[in-house]
Amino acid sequence: MAVETNFELKPGMATREAFGHALVELGRENPNVWAVDADLSKSTYTSLFAKEFPDRFVSCGIAEANMVGVAAGLASCGKIPFAASFSCFVMNKGFEQLRVAVAYPNANVKVVGTHSGISIGEDGPSQMSIEETSLACSLPGFVVLAPADEVAARALIRAAAAYVGPVFIRTGRMKTPVIYAADQRFEIGKAIEVTDGDDVALIANGLMVAEAIRARGILAAEGISARVIDLHTVKPLDRDAIERAAAETGAIVVAEEHLVDAGLGVRVAQVVGETSPCPMEFVGLTGYAESGPSDELLDKYGLRAVNVAAVARKVLGRKKS
Amino acid sequence: MERIENVGELQEIAKRIRRQIIEMIGAAGSGHPGGSLSATEIVTTLFWDVMRHDPANPKWPDRDRVILSKGHAAPVLYAAMADCGYTPVETLNTLRKLGSIYQGHPDRRFIPALEASTGSLGEGLSIAMGMGLAARWDKRPSRVYCILGDGEIQEGQIWEAAMFGAFHKLDNVVAIVDYNRIQLDGFVKDIMEIEPLVAKWQAFGWHAIELDGDSIPALQAAFAEAAAFKGKPTALIAHTIKGKGVSFMENNPKFHGVAPTKEEVALALKELA
Repeated sequence: MAVETNFELKPGMATREAFGHALVELGRENPNVWAVDADLSKSTYTSLFAKEFPDRFVSCGIAEANMVGVAAGLASCGKIPFAASFSCFVMNKGFEQLRVAVAYPNANVKVVGTHSGISIGEDGPSQMSIEETSLACSLPGFVVLAPADEVAARALIRAAAAYVGPVFIRTGRMKTPVIYAADQRFEIGKAIEVTDGDDVALIANGLMVAEAIRARGILAAEGISARVIDLHTVKPLDRDAIERAAAETGAIVVAEEHLVDAGLGVRVAQVVGETSPCPMEFVGLTGYAESGPSDELLDKYGLRAVNVAAVARKVLGRKKS
Repeated sequence: MERIENVGELQEIAKRIRRQIIEMIGAAGSGHPGGSLSATEIVTTLFWDVMRHDPANPKWPDRDRVILSKGHAAPVLYAAMADCGYTPVETLNTLRKLGSIYQGHPDRRFIPALEASTGSLGEGLSIAMGMGLAARWDKRPSRVYCILGDGEIQEGQIWEAAMFGAFHKLDNVVAIVDYNRIQLDGFVKDIMEIEPLVAKWQAFGWHAIELDGDSIPALQAAFAEAAAFKGKPTALIAHTIKGKGVSFMENNPKFHGVAPTKEEVALALKELA
């Protein structure tokens, strides 16, 4: 079936690559911006920063716990360190340090997790981070961001650098379609209503925003009007946008490339419950996946527009008329 | 702060700090006297002789920094910082009580002059590395002193940081191992042997100095040697006595993490008079 949207989703770069370019820009503008790396600079694209600013690029070797501590030390001396690694490594192996050396003293450390979700593909579940949104959100004081495309990634990386305090930014390996115009404004904690719609709200982040937009096209062909909301800031949540969506549509679907019971969805559900309760359904992962091509994985594990559309129909069935 | 090099004067200060430690932990009814007492000469020598710091200007960018990575020895740090004028002396005995700035383990939210919040073992040396890097980049004379417990270095992160320090040639960082030979469950050698310690730090690319960590002149000489040594960070393997200065606490694993009773406080203060 042809997907109709108001958008032409053009191919774009991966959000991790957009991060790498944004970091170089920041490095040129601000001598206090540093990159801290654990032997993955070619994968996280901090290699671009390393090439231009070798003296502000800190090689830690394969030692994420120490990497986080080093970043905390740099931050306490006025630097703005971006510590980057695969999401699964920095958030799991560095978690205790993120807790005690970063969150607890509110250190100005930026953590960039790349290769999030199952869309990393062939490397398989040991490298697929499907839990770390929950870990990051559990740290008091942390801002948690999940950009949907290269424009969002660049803008949110810049917003993270300007913000004083700890930030986690979730990026992916897979190339993602471009959703936003180059001049789209992004603000931490402010959701973007990508499209309007009255029957159901599709709330998503990361690569699921593009799938939600495609799902909107599928639903439109059936006469269903879906609002698409990009909740790029997982913490702090835009409570107003969620409440508005709940009150105005009365049915909500949350879609994320993450464990469905530990990420964006449950956080949104808390706000819906506290503000304007309505039926909700969720799209996400229920366990560890497997190796395979990214596109086939997203198909098999139900992270596609058709899945979002199916769940939207289900929630509409529960909606009080 | 004006430096004091006179050993007799420094020993008097150390005695004062010890009395404060006993009183604080006694008043709190819980805490870690053994490892606070074993680190007293280390902390005293750093704060009164070695470090360049200014209690009136705790955020002075060129200051030397100390990180108490073995955060459970907070009382020795609090006593020293209060005595120097960073925090009030008169409230030291609110240690561990609700609303006190003197938290169970060092907490920057309550005392901004602290260089790091610690309490989870193994983390301080990595933070010290970041500070050493920043100081070098900013061309500041600052040196960073990180006090480690001997049991603490069983944590793997210490050795990640040790590799890092040698690789990045951070000769402005000094690690001091308070080698008092006792950890919570008993003697270090019985829990998880850490020897050969000097050889370990050397193998990790550090300049290592073994010394009597209860001797102020030995500490003064070691800190001077560390400052003069270029191209590598320095580790001081400081042999100390757990519970030093109080006869019934010395080398007694019980006083790793148990507060003295009222009677024991009185006895200890008599010994430290």
